[in-house]
Amino acid sequence: METIVQQLQGVPINHYLIFCTIIFAIGVVGVLIRRNVIIIMMSIELMLNAVNLLLAAFSVQHSDSSGQVFVFFIMALAAAEVAVGLAIIIMVYRNTKSVDIDSLNKLRW
Amino acid sequence: MGAIITLSILALVVLYLGLFKAKALLLPVSILGFLVAIGFLLNDWTADKGPLFSGMVHFDHYAIAFSVLCVAVTLCIFIISKGYFDEGGQVAEYYSLLIFSLTGAVLVNSYHNFSMLFLGIEIMSVALYILVGIRKRDKASNEAALKYFLMGAFSTGFLLFGIALLYGATGSFNLDEIKDYVVNNPHAISPLFYGGILLLIVGLTFKVGAAPFHFWTPDVYDGAPILITSYMSTVVKVASFAGLLRLFSYSLVPLQDFWEPVFLIIAIITLFIGNISAVMQSSFKRMLAYSSISHAGYMLFAIIAVGTTSANSIFAYGLAYSLATIVAFTGLILVKKTTGSEHFEAFNGLGKRNPMLAFAITVAMLSLAGIPLTAGFIGKFMMFSSVMENYHIVLLVLAVINAAIAVYYYLKVVVAMYFRDSEESCVNVQWNYSFILLLAVGLTILIGVYPDCLIKLI
Repeated sequence: METIVQQLQGVPINHYLIFCTIIFAIGVVGVLIRRNVIIIMMSIELMLNAVNLLLAAFSVQHSDSSGQVFVFFIMALAAAEVAVGLAIIIMVYRNTKSVDIDSLNKLRW
Repeated sequence: MGAIITLSILALVVLYLGLFKAKALLLPVSILGFLVAIGFLLNDWTADKGPLFSGMVHFDHYAIAFSVLCVAVTLCIFIISKGYFDEGGQVAEYYSLLIFSLTGAVLVNSYHNFSMLFLGIEIMSVALYILVGIRKRDKASNEAALKYFLMGAFSTGFLLFGIALLYGATGSFNLDEIKDYVVNNPHAISPLFYGGILLLIVGLTFKVGAAPFHFWTPDVYDGAPILITSYMSTVVKVASFAGLLRLFSYSLVPLQDFWEPVFLIIAIITLFIGNISAVMQSSFKRMLAYSSISHAGYMLFAIIAVGTTSANSIFAYGLAYSLATIVAFTGLILVKKTTGSEHFEAFNGLGKRNPMLAFAITVAMLSLAGIPLTAGFIGKFMMFSSVMENYHIVLLVLAVINAAIAVYYYLKVVVAMYFRDSEESCVNVQWNYSFILLLAVGLTILIGVYPDCLIKLI
């Protein structure tokens, strides 16, 4: 365990930061440009996982375990959110026979 | 602390009551639970125990005042909801999800650690994603639920990335330690910290529905069932603002020069977008959605002019706004029951048919517009005076122009009620509706005439 932590600390924190920012940005772009609801949810998961990785990296850098505990909170929340989200998508699919965001255009000003 | 435990247990108890088909007990048990929670909160008022559970939550006066407000408003919504959801057959789920969501709101009011802020916001929102779509066969409700879910999850990503960056800079999630970091390193603050603040602002303004992150608000408020809309625009909005102000007034005040211009721009855009779009609406519900955006703009003033009075002014504003919104939505529920419409025309001739209901809606509209002798005026007055003390004259002038625009669309309802005629039959007002209307209108006028009880509260 000690060696793993040492090896992790050997990587400069900026590398983790840039890597996580790129993953996060891919997630954001995915949410903004894709039209399929399932893919949008996958992109959101990508955003959350980028945060998880970043928190774990900072946690090792600071030698402080609270960041890793936070990662567990995020995982639990992501699971709950996916459960609710898929239920909502199924409900929408039953009514519109589509998972495309553009099929939902009833509410307009 | 007792309040959070009480509410969590209450939600489970209500769920089990639904399982055992004890429908008649649902409302009395929930109301009893709310009263117990309020009792626990008020009991903590005099004895400040400091941050509890290794600094996770802190029930100071600020947290207690906002939590009592949230619980009391939810209590009012529960009283109106008697009979509202009976046709669906999922009454217990509806009550229990609302209570779970309220638990999240209380956590957001009282957090002292970022993990509790995150968990509170999510407990509040995940329950609401379901509630918005609780009418499974209504396409508008479906669409609102999906939009709210996607936008909520998206903004959570930003909030979390912001929290992660703050953690990277400071090495802690605790508000006290973050405050110490900012105070001790005034010239060596890591760039990560600034990026974190900006992402936190994005994530939290999404939740309060301030422009340019407001676009989900009108659709979701419009598509959700009216009672859920009234819950979202009162409890959720007030709790999110309490959380936002708690963070910025407690931990990040030394960096005010950095984030103040950001909030200034957000507030100005929010005011104009909210008010100008509200003028163009023909649906009362959608008008209230846009007006809630513009009220978010006014509430941001307390954060821009952060100081000793800002907690009090945001509380007064939130209270006045919640009371008026409850009356407006109660009126809408009653009118929709007879006419089946949410448009302004549905209110035609209400002044002759139901003078008391029309009077209550008039008081609510005047309070939302900020006319003197109503609570809304006190709220706006406190906001404007705190901004003036900080010499944001441009903001003040723009805000006054916006307040004038707002009078136009609020009075549109009043004009429809008193100066237009229609052949609709009389609206039947049950006792629970009249009780809430009487209570909210009475409090609105009482606070408007005698504001001293609020000004020195927190």
